[in-house]
Amino acid sequence: MIQLPQDGDKKKEDEGLKLSSDLLEALAKFQQIELQDFEMDVKELEIIFEPGMAGQIMPKIKLPGIAGGKPTAMLQTAFVPPVETYPNKITEVKLGATRSEGGTRGRSLIIGGETSPAFYNFERPTTHKPVITLDVFDMEVPLSKAVKMHVKDVVGDPAAWAKLAVDKFDADMVTIHLISIDPLLKDATPKDAVKTVEKVLQAVDVPLVIGGCGDPVKDADVFEAICEAFPGERFLISSITRDMDVERCAKYVKKNGHIALSFTPMDLNLARELNRRLYDFMGREDIVMDLTTAALGYGLDYAFTNMERARIGGLMGDVELAHPMSSGTTNAWAAREAWLKMSAEWEPRELRGPLWEVTTALTLLLTGVDLFMMMHPAAVKTLKDVTNYLTSGKKADASKFAEWVSVKA
Amino acid sequence: MSEKKKAGLKELSPIDVYKLLPKTNCKECGEDNCMAFATKIVNREINIDQCPPLLKKENEKAYNQLREMLKPAVKEVIVGVGDKATKLGGKLVMYRHEFTYTNPTAIAIDVTDEMTEQEVINRIKRIENYSFEYIGYTLKLDMIAVRSTSGDAEKFKATVKKVAETTNLPMILCALNPNVLEAGLMAVPNARPLLYAANAENWKDMAELALMYNCPLVVSAPNDLTTLFSLAKTMMAYGVTDLVLDPGTFTNEGLPDTINNFTMLRRAACKGGEELAGFPLMGVPMVAWVDRGETAEDLIKWRESYLASMLLVRYADVLVMHGADGWSLLPTTVLRQNIYTDPRKPVAVAPGLKVFGTPDENSPVFFTSNFALTYYTVASDIESNKLNAYLIVVETEGSAIDSGVAGRKLTAERVADAIKASGIESKVKHRKIIIPGKASRISGEIEELSGWKVQVGPRDSSGIPKYLQEKWQP
Repeated sequence: MIQLPQDGDKKKEDEGLKLSSDLLEALAKFQQIELQDFEMDVKELEIIFEPGMAGQIMPKIKLPGIAGGKPTAMLQTAFVPPVETYPNKITEVKLGATRSEGGTRGRSLIIGGETSPAFYNFERPTTHKPVITLDVFDMEVPLSKAVKMHVKDVVGDPAAWAKLAVDKFDADMVTIHLISIDPLLKDATPKDAVKTVEKVLQAVDVPLVIGGCGDPVKDADVFEAICEAFPGERFLISSITRDMDVERCAKYVKKNGHIALSFTPMDLNLARELNRRLYDFMGREDIVMDLTTAALGYGLDYAFTNMERARIGGLMGDVELAHPMSSGTTNAWAAREAWLKMSAEWEPRELRGPLWEVTTALTLLLTGVDLFMMMHPAAVKTLKDVTNYLTSGKKADASKFAEWVSVKA
Repeated sequence: MSEKKKAGLKELSPIDVYKLLPKTNCKECGEDNCMAFATKIVNREINIDQCPPLLKKENEKAYNQLREMLKPAVKEVIVGVGDKATKLGGKLVMYRHEFTYTNPTAIAIDVTDEMTEQEVINRIKRIENYSFEYIGYTLKLDMIAVRSTSGDAEKFKATVKKVAETTNLPMILCALNPNVLEAGLMAVPNARPLLYAANAENWKDMAELALMYNCPLVVSAPNDLTTLFSLAKTMMAYGVTDLVLDPGTFTNEGLPDTINNFTMLRRAACKGGEELAGFPLMGVPMVAWVDRGETAEDLIKWRESYLASMLLVRYADVLVMHGADGWSLLPTTVLRQNIYTDPRKPVAVAPGLKVFGTPDENSPVFFTSNFALTYYTVASDIESNKLNAYLIVVETEGSAIDSGVAGRKLTAERVADAIKASGIESKVKHRKIIIPGKASRISGEIEELSGWKVQVGPRDSSGIPKYLQEKWQP
């Protein structure tokens, strides 16, 4: 479940620093971005050298002798990597289905399957790389300026938005948020929602996440219509919550070959309980869990610890928590520091905002999150790069490290 | 985990501590009895030195036993002297949920000996002035890393001297040539800077400097933990016991090794009781600036920032950074505050009426959710603007406003009930409630159920002062 981001000050959109019109491209292509930076004026300053090197004039103090004497050569010892084994592994879940698998997607994606905590690659390599799904909304929603500049041409056209997410922003998956079904907003019908999904399905061939509006009754109706209209697609249904008719939802999700996103509000006991209720109707391989993502600065600490505990618990044999984890990382934009125009020393927000999302994502990546629901293209790119690096199996080039001491940055 | 723990916190019970206390219930420590003192000791809320009888000669053995028993898995190393001295490490646990992390990761920003005097002063002012108010905390930077980029001993000495004259923030002196490093030390012989660094080549000279000037010392072996351990062992034998470990920090393709090394070292210390791993860890996000070619400066800062955040999560006790921009440091410093809070801190605050300033019968009435972070944000916005107002905290099961409305944790019924239960109706003569902008969807229902007139307030509480000025009429 994600919360809608918000607009900072709409009126001031044209003000501020002169950034390159497409920051993402600038970031991706390493172009120089014109920004006010903090470099100070370099003034020539003559330094008078005192004669003689410091080494020659340094005081030499006699030290008290140490029992056994000081070592004259380096003492050798070994480092033994502290490798552990775990009794359980995280369940693998397949998202999306190709034609031969009963769906229409170009490829399916597997998440989970971990046998060690996240990126403990000294123990075991990562089983499956984390996956990123990008947000697409089915109607106009408040978006922060930093995000809007990248999607302004496609807002209101979910198919075009999905295509942009896949073709330009390299999304592994797309989440279609059916905001318009909210009875307090447009109250669109399940039939309308099916049509929207159909359009997105035609526009892209990646696996889909189906997002509801948060109303437990309306979501259940809409999800049912969608599950039945597209059997076998292995959509991730986002989400099934405790206040829904869990039995009814689980049955139609399972019957039509989809996957349940089991969502609970920051409480592992509630997560276990909801998963147990789902087990009565579906297999463990049909469940992904969302333990709630709070933004950096606004409860990320709770999300971090919950997810870390869940992953370690899952590996240690707590099977009710041994599911792949999804994070509504877009919630990072709920933090005012992500979008608010602040005083000059904290600007530009065009960089601060996506970095807020990146920091939220990477913190949770290190707890073991398998699926990231994200928003800003630059944040997506960074998370992709980092997960690619982390799973590359490459070695560090240690030879240049010490240069940081003398680098003229 | 299945790992065995040496003096792990879980195994340490108040009884274990109590057995070694004088058991006289003398109350000199301020506690009611020795058992209460023991409980606070186990929870790390009090120090054994606060038990006066324990410090007496006859209790020396018990005192030493307790010290050993309570010794953190990662040694605490102090850099600098005086008020601003910074404690590194002192970690009791590996995972945050086991116990509150001690000593937030120190962040050092660099200056170089090739900057002009004015540049050094400006940069230090910038570092000292970095300050961000965040739900009642002030986020600051901690240290200055002085780098020898010239390789010239006198230049280094002059810069160190200038830094010491300008600030009392602790320093990290960075020069791999012992002669250069010593020149710097001569400028600040009693300031206890952290020395960077002893490696496989220079370790002997560095050890001598650390002893001579009584300074903590970094041992550095990039991506080579066997050498790192050998160096640490050698230093211990040499009599240098305040060590910081630098396993190297690597960007991009080097990320897996970076994360592996930090994780292995912290696990070896906390779960394996490995003494040589039991020192603070240094991360150097600044490596993003090495060999950067044509890469845009902002992209380097971006990379440096996220590397710092990853290291902060994966056990770094001190970080050296070059980028000093607000936008790139803010996420890292907020993350540090988040990660180092008490994990037992509740997600929710108690619902009910909160009073700010000295409100009267015409003062505005707001409501917010009982999610702790939402509440503290709103409270701090009202407080810092010195407003006189009432704030009704509605039970939302710890949900924020938007997720509460979406997930039906924040409903008109709950708001109406909260208004009634708060007793606000006897405190103000108007019947107007200002609701969060993000709850505008339920404004009609709130009016219907509560009988109060609803005014939809700003979407973010930073807009409250302006809103009151323009829209509030009792």
